[in-house]
Amino acid sequence: MIKNINVALIGNPNTGKTSVFNALTGLNQKVGNYPGITVEKKQGYCRLDRITKARILDLPGTYSLNASSMDESVVIELLLNKNDPDFPDVAVVVTDVENLKRNLLLFTQIKDLEIPTVLVINMSDQMSRKGIKIDIEKLKEKLNTEVVLISTRKNLGVELLKEVLVNYRQLSKAPILDTKTIDPAYFESLSRAFPNQSLYKLWLVITQDVNFTKLQRQKVPDTTAFRTQPKSYLKRLQQRETIRRYQVINQILKATYQVNREEATDLRTRLDNLLIHKFWGYVIFFMILLTIFQSIFDWSSVPMDFIDASFANLSDWTKAQMPAGILTDLITEGVIPGLGGIVIFIPQIAFLFLFISILEETGYMSRVVFLMDRGLRKFGLSGKSVLPLISGTACAIPAVMATRNIENWKERLITILVVPFTTCSARLPVYMILISLVIPDERIIGINYQGLSLMGLYLIGFLMAILSAAILNHILKSPNKSYFVVEMPNYKLPLLKNVAITVWEKTRSFVVEAGKIILAISILLWFMASFGPGKNFSEAESLMTEKFSQASLSEIELEQEIAAFRLENSYIGILGKSIEPLIKPLGYDWKIGIALISSFAAREVFVGTLATIYSVGSGAQETIKKRMARELKSDGTALFNLATGISLMLFYAFAMQCMSTLAIVKKETNSWKWPMIQLLSMSIIAYLAALIAYQLLK
Amino acid sequence: MFSLDQLAIGQKAVIETIETDLLPLKLIEMGCLPGNEISLLYLAPYSDPLYLKVDEAHLAIRKEVAKFIMVKPLLND
Repeated sequence: MIKNINVALIGNPNTGKTSVFNALTGLNQKVGNYPGITVEKKQGYCRLDRITKARILDLPGTYSLNASSMDESVVIELLLNKNDPDFPDVAVVVTDVENLKRNLLLFTQIKDLEIPTVLVINMSDQMSRKGIKIDIEKLKEKLNTEVVLISTRKNLGVELLKEVLVNYRQLSKAPILDTKTIDPAYFESLSRAFPNQSLYKLWLVITQDVNFTKLQRQKVPDTTAFRTQPKSYLKRLQQRETIRRYQVINQILKATYQVNREEATDLRTRLDNLLIHKFWGYVIFFMILLTIFQSIFDWSSVPMDFIDASFANLSDWTKAQMPAGILTDLITEGVIPGLGGIVIFIPQIAFLFLFISILEETGYMSRVVFLMDRGLRKFGLSGKSVLPLISGTACAIPAVMATRNIENWKERLITILVVPFTTCSARLPVYMILISLVIPDERIIGINYQGLSLMGLYLIGFLMAILSAAILNHILKSPNKSYFVVEMPNYKLPLLKNVAITVWEKTRSFVVEAGKIILAISILLWFMASFGPGKNFSEAESLMTEKFSQASLSEIELEQEIAAFRLENSYIGILGKSIEPLIKPLGYDWKIGIALISSFAAREVFVGTLATIYSVGSGAQETIKKRMARELKSDGTALFNLATGISLMLFYAFAMQCMSTLAIVKKETNSWKWPMIQLLSMSIIAYLAALIAYQLLK
Repeated sequence: MFSLDQLAIGQKAVIETIETDLLPLKLIEMGCLPGNEISLLYLAPYSDPLYLKVDEAHLAIRKEVAKFIMVKPLLND
């Protein structure tokens, strides 16, 4: 008989909570995110002993149970709802040995919810170096629970924690602070109105007005015994609660915690002097950005070329192995290229998250927030918008989710709305193929035109994001004041295990979630291109043979004519032709039209679609680029000339072509209003930019 | 006594009063309480945001919020 228990990991940000989670669960974890689930929910499993298995939930980092951002509200929502299947049997509050006082604030709040609570003091290997001494036995006695010293870096204490968790029933549930002492009169009346209820829980229900999601809970009704108090009064009580808690904590620490602050200039001061220097700080930040982009483009091109070639070979090989027929066609022309279109992004996504997780793990990200806040605020953004904007260069979906810790609603909303302008990796294959088609591979003073164009496209995306932010900043009204408070954590060497797990998790969820859509669309496209209504499609062969019976065509040429005619009369051909009048002024024909339609689901489908269309159209195997270069307009000149190429690139730079992003924006803003505004305005901007570019250049 | 944003870099002070209705609760939770020691470590360009050490916490806040915290400088020893 296996006994299952629920364990919740709770703690301030930057305490190494995730390291403890990783130490307990290893790779035995799963992250729910992407469309369908609003808040990233990390859970994992851990065998505690022979008969006990723990489901461990890594809750978002929070400083207290007074939520000021959406991530924080998740913690309260769970801890107040006993009926939630995730409600913990035992809570583990992870603290950092250096900031124990502030960390204990959250601990006392959790303990007061009358949940068995274990205190974990992390980074205990730093104690002697920092001159810290803790009387653990006395601390256990004062806090009335188990205290476990852990060092995830040195892998100490994890086994002891497991042991404590197995015996969680022996932990006391007694609260630490008597809630009544915060304001005797108010809480007396509250307990008279609601006898038999935990006062602290009632208090949380009354005060926690969560900003971005509607918490489902019953309102506390007015009775003769109890009157609802105005917000300002409640806020003052919350402050008094905090002060009371610190008084209690100070007393406890006085008896148990000793610190000898003798070290002179420590690592923090020396690094901060450089990294947030008014000049060098910015230079270093831009150097780091440069390295990140360099790696995304340069270093990942090797594995990407390899993946590209492998899938082409796989397709050919499969074709040779399987009997000719519709199933083989579906697999070799629909499924395999579709899969290739997903796998090819793995190197870039992995590199990006490698850097992002290192920047976060080391504590550098907070310094960037500090450096950039003032400049970005002019545009209605926040220093905390930097991370979403950088993440946006990989994918807008994690970027939109990364806006959650921006406390100010207006700044958060603007960041969400402009993030899709940053050049995500899905645009890259589109840019790459178009640039190589229309921009000459020549150099001016040693700089390659093609590389320059790519950089220009990134700049255009970023400038458009900033410009739209500035416009939105003027239009939108701000309902609440700014609550910009950023902790500046100590610098740390990144834990390899944490970085590896982040990279693995993010890449995996990209492949699985975005991959599903790309694969589905590739298959759908193949079907729509392989079937069509009416005689023209079904009798294409005889019609064409008849038409060209006088002309002396080789067998291959005739086959190509048949295939092209068939494509024109397939479902997708009909669809493309119907939108041709709309896109003709941009310089596009109906085949590009098909690619545009299909890439409204996801941009990266563009190249795959053209590949499908042209390979269905030609039959012969040749690279997509050569095939595109051969495509002619009705006047006999190349279709993909400079004007069309630039027009297409601008269209892809600005258009909102990603269903998954729209879905995540809907989830994060809780309404269809914002994604629809995003879709409409971005499409209009894209259309106009492409129109102007084509008409000027043609 | 003056407001926090007027403190010089490196100067230590003690928090005297806080504008309780205007200050975000989070700051109080981070230790911005009357009686606690506070010092200004760094300033970003245009003197905003401010990088502070409060009690044992290191944090950054914007100038607009710093105006709500009144401090009394400690004499440098």
